[in-house]
Amino acid sequence: MWRKMPLLMTALMFGYAFLYGPIASLIVYSFNENRLVTVWSGFSTKWYAELLQNDQILGAAWLSVKIASVNASLAVILGTLAALALVRYKRFKGRQVMETMVTAPLVMPEVIIGLSLLLLFVAMERVLGWPEGRGQLTITIAHVTFSMAYVAVVVQSRLAHMDQSLEEAALDLGAKPRKVFFAITLPLITPALVAGWLLAFTLSMDDLVVASFVSGPGATTLPMVVYSSVRLGVSPQINALATIIVVTVSIAVAVAGVLMYRKEKRGL
Amino acid sequence: MTPSTPKWLRGRTLIIGVPWLWLGLFFLLPFLFILKISLSEAALAQPPYLDLIREVSDGLMTIKLNFGNYLFLLEDPLYLQALWGSVKVATISTLLCLLLGYPMAYAIAKSPNHWRLPLLMLVILPFWTSFLIRVYAWIGILKNNGLLNQWLMSIGLIDTPLEIMHTPIAVYIGVVYSYLPFMVLPLYATLIRLDDTLLEAASDLGCKPWKQFMKITWPLSMPGVLAGAMLVFIPVMGEFVIPDLLGGPETLMIGKLMWTEFFSNKDWPLASALAAVLLCVLIIPFVLLRHYERRTEEVL
Repeated sequence: MWRKMPLLMTALMFGYAFLYGPIASLIVYSFNENRLVTVWSGFSTKWYAELLQNDQILGAAWLSVKIASVNASLAVILGTLAALALVRYKRFKGRQVMETMVTAPLVMPEVIIGLSLLLLFVAMERVLGWPEGRGQLTITIAHVTFSMAYVAVVVQSRLAHMDQSLEEAALDLGAKPRKVFFAITLPLITPALVAGWLLAFTLSMDDLVVASFVSGPGATTLPMVVYSSVRLGVSPQINALATIIVVTVSIAVAVAGVLMYRKEKRGL
Repeated sequence: MTPSTPKWLRGRTLIIGVPWLWLGLFFLLPFLFILKISLSEAALAQPPYLDLIREVSDGLMTIKLNFGNYLFLLEDPLYLQALWGSVKVATISTLLCLLLGYPMAYAIAKSPNHWRLPLLMLVILPFWTSFLIRVYAWIGILKNNGLLNQWLMSIGLIDTPLEIMHTPIAVYIGVVYSYLPFMVLPLYATLIRLDDTLLEAASDLGCKPWKQFMKITWPLSMPGVLAGAMLVFIPVMGEFVIPDLLGGPETLMIGKLMWTEFFSNKDWPLASALAAVLLCVLIIPFVLLRHYERRTEEVL
């Protein structure tokens, strides 16, 4: 590799250094004793201890996890339905519009999604009296709206590459369509559903802009707390929080990777 | 599914109807609200705008459209400057992402089979960790007494710290850093499908590697280049967090301005008008992307 294309490999290594350098610096300095984040004065875990006593951050983190789980589950259901509709039914009224609506949230700037949804919620509350105020519910609705698009894309590609002869065989053998769906289609697309759920979960955990627009005074998510504390300056507690997030995500991805690798090996 | 489609009819309505209803209600309808509010007048009320349809007197209803918000956007050079600033930042960062991402995607696509997935995962992994925290990491690096300046001074390259934080350069670094995976993934997806025999044939016919790249690889990877460019360009146009955290007063971007109008000045109609303008600007590349996608889908 190196000998065949040294320039390319240098570019690749530079790219990885660029991607991981900042993350590595966060992790290293989360163990820094000094309050000034960039002055090293010895190893310490005191920022982790402080973080674990910070009720504001812990409360926000719990709220974010709750919203993200509900969001991911709803997004998987809706996104899968959208993917099924687009892959299985080539012709239906409003297909074009639906196709656009499924792709658009992937690229649409978050400020626009947030602003437009807030305007909708305000108008709905005035006319229908629902949703009452803004908070957990409105954030969840907003998150489902943009994360179901990501789920739909993931499931769509899985469905498109799936062998349909199994379903046809089951139907020929007299299985009811509902049974075929739950006994054959669903298990076959499960990896995509899991990937989509995880993606929707992280998107929701990570979202600052949309949540800021559609949340009320009672609901502050983790990114909102992080954002307000980051604007006040660099804080070692945030470094500790970042390290925890990075380590959790890396472990989750590694476990998922190993599981998938084993499954594939068994399947072959 | 063709022979059995009628049996699915009941399921069919459900499968198409439910996501349609959700997206129609929470994605399509809100855009109409942006348009509506952008045409109304600001007011000191809750919500802070006046209705378009109002009872004037004796039960007479009138619709009062107010284009003042749009005219105001044209009058005050601030808004056009912000729009231009967004276009500039989005264009330059898209090009930088391409410059950095293309060799990466190419190297991953050309690496041995069992290396590809782990290498690709390494590109995606940062995307799974918090976006906000990754942008925040750059503050500690780019500050005047930050890690970069400390390092450059310790190796004696500079005497006085470089001013990077709160300049456009910091914004470019932050944007390229955050959006690089969106460029690498579609590029990789097209490059991996590239037929190597074409390159072999060209090289047998005496074509030099650089010319091979320009004549074969680059044109064939165009779908990936365009998809990646759109995935970076469109969201960056509305970017708010990165210019707010890393940029200074000179980095004027439309997303940041919208946020200020909305939250600080509480001028919802004006913020909506800004959103409407941004939407109109973004519809062009978006439609181009969809068109291109459909064409490549047909080819595949």
